[in-house]
Amino acid sequence: MLVALGVCALVAAVLAWDVLVGAGRPAMQRWRARLVGGWDEDVAAYDPGRERRAEARARALLRSCVDEEDWEMYRDLGFLRVWGADGSGSGAGHGVAPYAYLIYPHKPIVAFVPRSSRLLSEYCVDFPDSARPYGSARLPASDDVLAKWMALTADERRLIENANLHLAGRQHDPDAVRSDIAALARWERERERRHDAGSLRAP
Amino acid sequence: MRLLRMKPGHGEVLIAEGDVAVAEQERALIEAFRAQLEQGMWAAVPIVAPDGRRQAELVRDFDEVPRDAERVIFFPRAAGGC
Repeated sequence: MLVALGVCALVAAVLAWDVLVGAGRPAMQRWRARLVGGWDEDVAAYDPGRERRAEARARALLRSCVDEEDWEMYRDLGFLRVWGADGSGSGAGHGVAPYAYLIYPHKPIVAFVPRSSRLLSEYCVDFPDSARPYGSARLPASDDVLAKWMALTADERRLIENANLHLAGRQHDPDAVRSDIAALARWERERERRHDAGSLRAP
Repeated sequence: MRLLRMKPGHGEVLIAEGDVAVAEQERALIEAFRAQLEQGMWAAVPIVAPDGRRQAELVRDFDEVPRDAERVIFFPRAAGGC
């Protein structure tokens, strides 16, 4: 009896050892590789400093392309509003165009009705760079926003045709988007108020 | 005129720069422009619309680029995501 139990214990110990060593082997190999040749490729590919510099360049490029008001909107609120081509908001002001879009970095574009804040749909679109420099196909956040802005203002239909259409609420929290629309309205009122006050002060 | 390309992990990269009024430089710009389109990029030119608003224009050929454009921005073509 004791012999049988001893044999079982030995077999169990051997099996456990095999499982533990097998599971730990990749980690051991990575550790050994770091000792010999530096960091793994995937770890080395991500450089927070480089990503920050890339984002700073992207923000500067975005700022140089869009109107000052749009830049301030993105800087203060974190998204851009683009009026639908069928109802350009230029000079019309908030609530006049039949529909507009909100552009978020690396999130779907949201179409909505400015007059009622009703959300219409989400357009999922990416700009993947197949060259994958530094191991990633993703543009810096502000480049993603600028790419969407350029594509929307240049050829709205072409961009929308390339996007995957979903009902509002699939990726974005509808309450959060409505909150953004309300924040945008407040922001515009405040900006207008400051502008008017500045005009009155000017000689 | 400057040709810029958006690049992951970097921001924009200067692809080519030249004066379209100088034949040799224009040829170099056209060559670089075509190479980007062949790599699957979209090309956009930031412009100011008649109403004063800034917007962009997508161009498919160098001939469509306004002669006085300061820059053309290349970015990966749109694809359905999420």
